[in-house]
Amino acid sequence: MIPFLTNLVNGISLGSVYAIIALGYSMVYGVAKMLNFAHGDVIMVAAYVSFTATQYWGVPPLVSVLMSMVVCTLLGITIEGLAYKPLRQAGSLAVLITAIGVSYLLQNLALLIWGANPKVFTSVVDFGGIRLFGGELVISDEIIVTIISGIAVMLLLTWFTGKTKMGRAMRAVSEDKGAAQLMGINVNFTISLTFAIGSFLAAIAGVLLCSSYNTLMPTTGSMPGIKAFTAAVFGGIGSIPGAMLGGLLLGLIEVFGGSYVSTELADALVFAVLIIILLLKPAGLLGKNVQEKV
Amino acid sequence: MKKFWKKGGSFLLPFLLVIAAYIMCQIMISGKTMSRSLQGQLIPICAYIVMALSLNLVVGISGELSLGHAGFMSVGAFTGAVVSGLMLKGWGVEDTLLRLICAIIAGGCMAGIVGVLIGIPVLRLRGDYLAIVTLAFGEIIRNILNCVYISVENGRLFFGFNNPGLPGTILLNGPQGAVKVAKIATFEVGFVLVLFTLFVILNLVHSRSGRAIMAIRDNRIAAETTGIPVTKYKMMAFVTSAALAGMAGALFGLNFSTFAASKFKFDTSINILVFVVLGGIGNMTGSIIAATALTILPEVLRAFSTYRMLVYAIVLIAVMLLTNNRQVKSFIGVVKEKVRLLFNKTPHQPKGKEAEGK
Repeated sequence: MIPFLTNLVNGISLGSVYAIIALGYSMVYGVAKMLNFAHGDVIMVAAYVSFTATQYWGVPPLVSVLMSMVVCTLLGITIEGLAYKPLRQAGSLAVLITAIGVSYLLQNLALLIWGANPKVFTSVVDFGGIRLFGGELVISDEIIVTIISGIAVMLLLTWFTGKTKMGRAMRAVSEDKGAAQLMGINVNFTISLTFAIGSFLAAIAGVLLCSSYNTLMPTTGSMPGIKAFTAAVFGGIGSIPGAMLGGLLLGLIEVFGGSYVSTELADALVFAVLIIILLLKPAGLLGKNVQEKV
Repeated sequence: MKKFWKKGGSFLLPFLLVIAAYIMCQIMISGKTMSRSLQGQLIPICAYIVMALSLNLVVGISGELSLGHAGFMSVGAFTGAVVSGLMLKGWGVEDTLLRLICAIIAGGCMAGIVGVLIGIPVLRLRGDYLAIVTLAFGEIIRNILNCVYISVENGRLFFGFNNPGLPGTILLNGPQGAVKVAKIATFEVGFVLVLFTLFVILNLVHSRSGRAIMAIRDNRIAAETTGIPVTKYKMMAFVTSAALAGMAGALFGLNFSTFAASKFKFDTSINILVFVVLGGIGNMTGSIIAATALTILPEVLRAFSTYRMLVYAIVLIAVMLLTNNRQVKSFIGVVKEKVRLLFNKTPHQPKGKEAEGK
């Protein structure tokens, strides 16, 4: 029972991180209709910023988290303005390749600045965690913070997209760009805002991910990025509860698959489940099935 | 074959280009003017050209974005290594050329079979969903190949999962990949493979099936209403592409003494996609040039060592931004028109969308 509960808690924690990344992916996809492959690398940048601030400049961990949030938000806006905005009218493949170029650029800049050696990331939270069942089930502080952040992000985003003017503008743009523009919505600003929010979420995810796993390399972000993208598709890309659900499921499948089936095949299992779900529900779990018109 | 000659220029250009490049390489090799590092790149270049051409068939002609092409390459490479090892250690076939050709054919067949298996579920999806599923399949193939152990003894193959205790000589060793591979790939065979790929793809594109595939790409619903079996033709393009990628993989793998599945990561699929997009989607000559140039470029930039991937990334973004910039586009159009006038003296007839507007 205890190993099962440990796996469950670990799975929910990993799933929360995936969910936060997937939310960013999903929102950007919804508004800009592009696969932002550089999203995973923003995660890596966030972790490096926090690492540098705490290790070299002696900044307190929580301030370093704020710093990485600011840096990543600005980074997201910059990337969008310089690389993606000129390609608004271009084909989707051109945008995809540009996103890949940005991803290589960020990875190699990180390689130049921080070197190829893995860095040891010290956790940004430290209050000891909880012990349950007479000390048999240990829930670490990182896990608690991760799960709480996941829930908080989810609630905030639901409120933001549902109740605020900006959020509704965002939904309108993702529904129909042209019509939104006719209604007086500043489409370009909305897209920039979405990138800013997505990158902000990536910063949170990056710090949480590296707090739990402790190693930091220039390629740290790419695999979680791909998996979070999978999670976004899983739940129905463009849908916020879908991204959350997809992320959680993905984390659970990965952790349970790793401990009950095989560690090497955990990733394969994750992707296999994705394929099965897409075959049964081609628009993802909570995605809307759009009827094709002639 | 009649059509083959009738099409003339556009059909023959890539062939002539490849043959000219091959002759140049041979002259440079015999004249000892080619650097050793570049000579070592010749076979990978051939393999990448075949990869780019085959991916172009899916992305450019069939219009589906595939992000898992390296998966087929790895299937081909591992099959090729096993077949070559089996023939040498199990059956005692010493002739390297025969082994290489058998390995390439086996690699192609195996990748084709995997292509059919993957194509059945994948081709039911559309657009970005199809892309993510091909990505997923690429990762699954890599993960599975990481757990496969194969050995050969007395002319028989032994398979195992997560169990290295196999009899005889180990051919595939789990996460270490293919070990003790005989390096039997040659540039000549690579050249022939490129020509073969070009022949297959261009013939397919200019055939009735090719036109059906392009019709589906341009408007699936319209094509379906005219009675074109959509799944059949999509499958045809997908499986042909997979089989060719498998052949390229076998050639690529047999150029190394050992290789692991991690050589065929998501990054490899992306690199091949970059060749296709930079060379021009649907343009075979462009794919050949882009694959060659972008494989040589990092080697040339080796002097900058740490900065080379950075330069590569910047070049990639810059090219994408410039080719999609309206001013640059119109400038290229003007230059093209000038060149045309220089040779033909007849102004270019506007076609496509421009003509529709009038």
